[in-house]
Amino acid sequence: MITRRRWLTGSAGALMLGAMPIGRGADAVEPGGAAADEVLIALSGKKPLIKRSFRPPNFETPLADLRRPFTANDAFFVRYHLAGIPEIEPRTWRLRVGGASVSRPMELSLGDLKRGFERIDLPAVNQCAGNRRGLFAPRVPGVQWGNGAMGHAMWSGVRLRDVLRKCGLHSDALEVVFDGADVAALPQTPDFQKSLPMDRALDENTLIAFAMNARPLPHFNGAPARLIVPGWTGTYWVKHLTDIRVQPQPFDGFWMKAAYRIPTGAFPGARFVSQETPETTPITQILVNSLVTNPAPHTRLVRHRPAELSGWAWDGGTGISSVEVSTDAGLSWRPMTLEKDLGRFAWRGFRVALDTSRPGPLALAVRATSRGGERQPEKLTVNPAGYHDNRILSLALEVA
Amino acid sequence: MRRVALLAALGAYAMFACGRVTAGEETIHLIDAPGRDVTATRCVTCHSLDYIPMNAAVMSRGSWEKTVRKMIDKFGAPIRQEDVAEILDYLTAHYSG
Repeated sequence: MITRRRWLTGSAGALMLGAMPIGRGADAVEPGGAAADEVLIALSGKKPLIKRSFRPPNFETPLADLRRPFTANDAFFVRYHLAGIPEIEPRTWRLRVGGASVSRPMELSLGDLKRGFERIDLPAVNQCAGNRRGLFAPRVPGVQWGNGAMGHAMWSGVRLRDVLRKCGLHSDALEVVFDGADVAALPQTPDFQKSLPMDRALDENTLIAFAMNARPLPHFNGAPARLIVPGWTGTYWVKHLTDIRVQPQPFDGFWMKAAYRIPTGAFPGARFVSQETPETTPITQILVNSLVTNPAPHTRLVRHRPAELSGWAWDGGTGISSVEVSTDAGLSWRPMTLEKDLGRFAWRGFRVALDTSRPGPLALAVRATSRGGERQPEKLTVNPAGYHDNRILSLALEVA
Repeated sequence: MRRVALLAALGAYAMFACGRVTAGEETIHLIDAPGRDVTATRCVTCHSLDYIPMNAAVMSRGSWEKTVRKMIDKFGAPIRQEDVAEILDYLTAHYSG
């Protein structure tokens, strides 16, 4: 049981949050994007990040912190739905695994997890389903994220399937439900719980992780253990895991039945059949996408001085086959150099030298194609919650 | 005006004291106009008030009504029926696109 909880609210929160605005966000999102008055604020254990909301805390990684191959733990984005976020003592933390579809429910300590199961290290992108919602046109309500509700890290933990199989899975198992220690301010607010279909729960890449970039998980990224669902959007990556239930019927919680849903059939990606209706279905896999990290939007390049375009491309788990650049508004495309492939759930670096010989505006576009054959589209598929913005990126620069 | 500012400061202090507000969010001030106090005190129960200006450009009376209903019906927000109209009038007048 979690016996000692300290809540990140009230006086404890006041001590833990070094919440001093230190300046405006240096990396403004694209025109027509999120609110102009961005402030950088440092949560406890974090460097200053773009504050979207204080409570629950929603903080976005600035573009400058997305340039490294692995996003630093203190720069990794923070996303919560509920305001009560307990500080958990790792020594007394327990993970309960049970439900109607297992024969031997278990309670595991952090030591049990680390000693009892094979350790897996896996590089993967964690991208919030609502990343880039603030760039949607027409705009939609919700946290107005720019490009930084995502990051890339090396996750370390154990396979969920190894833990589940030790509990004796029944053949009627349909979904696995995950609950974390975070709670709402009011008891009547739906607790944040998510479910996965059995095939995804038993995938060898679905992990219970206790480390990130070779360090214990930061408090605001789910300490002491969280779920890692590589290739699927961050909503499934439940933080501060406390309970895992395997059940023979679809989970009917608010965060599956009413939230994080997209129009059925509107997007590519894995289906979650037991949660699907004719109208809507849960968002699942990340769509092929890319981000230019250098140069920043609206940079003025110096004529004849060498300049380079670089960034990251990623998808829902097939890997990236090519990233192309266009300098003529998408009429013609040429492939860029790809960096080392770190794995199919990792992001893949790309780079190309820019021609700075002629003065004037330089309008660039970048598009990625996955090994699965998906390519970034020109147009947004509008949906009510503002998910899956993977449009081809346009970047306006100038040579002077 | 001074009295309103004082009351707001006391309100913020009271919310701190009973453990609801996180450090930093006391810097968020909603536009001072009729309906502000009922809006602020209801919304701040569950979340910081920056959600309101963050979404303002996207919102209309219709979408605020949907949002307030969702907060009451799905999230259990303690908003009395007789306060809904005043909250909607305030949000529509000051936080709509």
